[in-house]
Parts: sequence; C-alpha cells; structure tokens
Amino acid sequence: MPQTRQISARDGDVVLLIGTMKGAFLLRSDKKRKRWEMGGPYFPGQTIYALAYDGRAGKRRLWAGIQSEHWGASVASSDDFGRTWLEPDTVPIRFPEASNDSLKRIWQILPGREEEPDTIYCGVEPAALFRSTDAGKTWQLARGLYDHPHRKQWQPGGGGLCLHTIVLDPRNRERMWIAISTGGVYRTDDGGVTWRPRNVGVSAEFLPDKYPEFGQCVHKVVSHPSKPDRLFLQNHWGLFRSDDGADSWKAIEKGVPTTFGFAMAMHPHDPSTVFNLPIEADMFRATPEGKLRVYRTKNGGGSWQPLSAGLPQKNAYECVLRDAMSTDRLKPAGVYFGTRSGKVYGSASDGNRWALVMDGLPPVTCVKVAQVAGAAAKPKPKRKPAKKAARKRR
Amino acid sequence: MAVVFYIPSYLRNFTEGRGRVPVDARAGTVGEALAELWALYPGVRDRVVDERGKLRQHVNVFVGDTNIRDARGFETVLVQGVEISIIPAVSGG
Repeated sequence: MPQTRQISARDGDVVLLIGTMKGAFLLRSDKKRKRWEMGGPYFPGQTIYALAYDGRAGKRRLWAGIQSEHWGASVASSDDFGRTWLEPDTVPIRFPEASNDSLKRIWQILPGREEEPDTIYCGVEPAALFRSTDAGKTWQLARGLYDHPHRKQWQPGGGGLCLHTIVLDPRNRERMWIAISTGGVYRTDDGGVTWRPRNVGVSAEFLPDKYPEFGQCVHKVVSHPSKPDRLFLQNHWGLFRSDDGADSWKAIEKGVPTTFGFAMAMHPHDPSTVFNLPIEADMFRATPEGKLRVYRTKNGGGSWQPLSAGLPQKNAYECVLRDAMSTDRLKPAGVYFGTRSGKVYGSASDGNRWALVMDGLPPVTCVKVAQVAGAAAKPKPKRKPAKKAARKRR
Repeated sequence: MAVVFYIPSYLRNFTEGRGRVPVDARAGTVGEALAELWALYPGVRDRVVDERGKLRQHVNVFVGDTNIRDARGFETVLVQGVEISIIPAVSGG
C-alpha cells in the first residue's frame, strides 16, 4: 500500500476534502489559498463519494463514506485531520435485517444544524436517509421515506439508486429536503415522519410523461441558509429555481450552453449567486466545446455568465460530478471543483480567476471544504461606535 | 475441531494484525467457524458478509482449495486442521 502523507491543519487554514475513486486526499492552504499541501491517500483503493467536516461545538472531525468493491461500505471519522481514522467494527449504517437491502454506497454526509451538534445525516444507496443523534455512534433509518409508497417506482440512474442530496432548513427543525436519482425531490415538514414529492415544474426527459409527480433525475439541489425557501436545482437536463420551498419550480436557463450537468454550489454570502458546471449531454458527458467553464449567476438564475479565466479553453473535455464542487466561507469566497480526470481547480476570488490546485489524482468524486476554526470571514472593522457593532455581531 | 483462518491484509486491520487465526471450533461447517471468528474479531463480519449475512460478491472463502460457492456455501463441512482462506476476488481496475 502507498505511503500516506499527513498534513498539519492550523487555525485559519482551509482544507479541501477530496474524494476519489481510489481514496481520499486533503489539500491544505492558509487563507490566501495560493499554495496547497497534500495529505493522503487515505483509504487507498477505496471509493470515496462522501466527505464532510464537522466543526460544530469545538469539534474538528472529518467524516468519510468509504466503499470497497470487496469489503463493502462503511463510515469512518478522524479527529486529527486524517492521521488516525475510526472505522467501527460493526458498520453502523445498516438496513434492517428483514429488508432485502444492503448498504452499497454512502453518497452524502451532512452535519446537522448548529443547535443540534450531535446530529448528522447520511444519504445512501440504495436510496435511503439515515440520521444519527449521538455524533455518529448509532444511526437510524428514516422509515417514513424508506417505506414510502413511491419507493418501488424509483429507478436507478447511471450511478445507482441513490439519495445524494440533503438540504436542511436552518429555521425550521421539522423541515428538510432530499433528492434521489431517480425519484426527485422530497420534503418533510414533520421531522422526517412523512415525505411529499416536490417536483412541480421539474422535467423528466426520459419518461413519456415529461412532468410527473415524481421520478425526476435530480442531480443536485442547493440553498442559502439566509433564504431557505429559495432552492436551486441542477436536473438531468434543466436548471430550476423554487421560491416557495420547492412547492413549484421554474426554469432558469438563460446564458448556459447546455442545461445538462451535475455540480452546483451556493455562494456562501449571497443567496442570489450560484455556480454550476454545464456538461454537454447525457450521451456525451464532457464540457461543451472542449472548454472548461464554470457558470455563475448573480441574480438568482435570471442569467448565467461563463467564468473561464485560468481554466483551459482548448481540448478540455472534462466532467465534474454532482458533489465535486464546493465553496468556502472566506471573503472573497473560494470556489473549488474536481474533475473525473483527477484535476482540482480553485478560485480565491468568487470564481473570477482560477488556478490548478492539484493534478494527477484518481477520478474526483467529491470536493468539500473544511475551514479550521478561525478561518471564517471576519467582518470588516466598522467606523461606528463599538456598542452598536457588538450588538450587530450578536 | 481446530481450523485456521487465513486473513487477507485489509482485514488484518480488524484482527490486531494477525494473518492467521486459529479457532478451536465446535464448528462442523464453514458458517459455524466464521461465527467463531466473528466472536473473536467482530470487525471481520461486516466486511465478509452484508447485513443479511450474504457473502459479499467479490469475497471468496476457500476450504483448502475449494471455493465454498462451488460446494455447500456456509454449510460446507470442515475436517480437522483445515485452513479456511478469506481472499478478495480478482476485480476492480
């Protein structure tokens, strides 16, 4: 097995969590985000579709959804940025023995809301949602979704029947959204007991009924915590926005060269700014015209503009998967994505200029960001009386 | 009866690094011997079988030179001193 390099993350650092088809990697930089040090490979040979950083309540915990073609899937955690990992003897995310299902892959790991620091969510294949309320020691299957009458009509997409996206409403602990390929978007308003399909206006090009109640192949959904009822959706053909908590969706396609794609990322500070990365077609999953371009909307999807400075604009037939684009929370925001050809690109300028962060990795499946405590954007000093500024921060 | 398990390198993460694990089995079958192994090293179980107890697709278990898929699976009968090998199948890329 290869030698694993280690990193030492310090306060103020930005660490990219890179999942690949052959293991996980960590890329560490200071807040300038110009020079990157690599750690890894962790879990060499295993497929890593889900990574997450949990910095709540003083933790510095990495989570990894690991999958071996031989030994199955499980979840592992590290409290020292990858030097040691805890992989429980008994896989803690498991389907009921009476079911016909077994865990194939973990697609999404999402730390819960700030005020529930021991809650973590996990989306898996076959499509199901698990929740832990004891910081990942034990996990419970969301039965309301697992037993949903639509389940038998959900169909696996190219990647399998997976629950790949979880979006929490930060204001309402009873409400969350999940997305399934192919099943579409579902929302719960009672903490996960019941789930309703929320796909009105979202197309399903591969079905005779182009606008079914459910069954869409949704690729990614994002939302900004300051405006949780506004959601953006990258579909298997189509870009959509909802302003009513996913009760209805409208197309937002002005300016993109194609509406196919996987990745979508929310700007950390502006609820109207979203990034996506168009892919030519389902039958040709590569960037259009051989140009690697991120597209950005700054007006909530009213129009999209290409961002290409620093990205290859010739012979670049790349593909970026659904969880392989993320943002940090610095100002200006960092935006990062990884390609199936093993390249990681980053921008430390809201996407305006890009640079190659790392090349030569295995195919990238997942890019997430950890900001080590102290790295968050600090408010600019204000020329107002100290008392007023203090009140505002609270 | 005493049998010996051969443990492949990845699973040694769950057997305190041991590559050979004898079990003094009351076991007459592979399934019973595996239960003894899992009692000693619980982490091996979920890597060899799934939640339903089904042998993972790309894992092979041999009794001597016989793949248990070609015999009676977990009901394959053991003989004294035999080596049971857990070996990852040729797969991947």
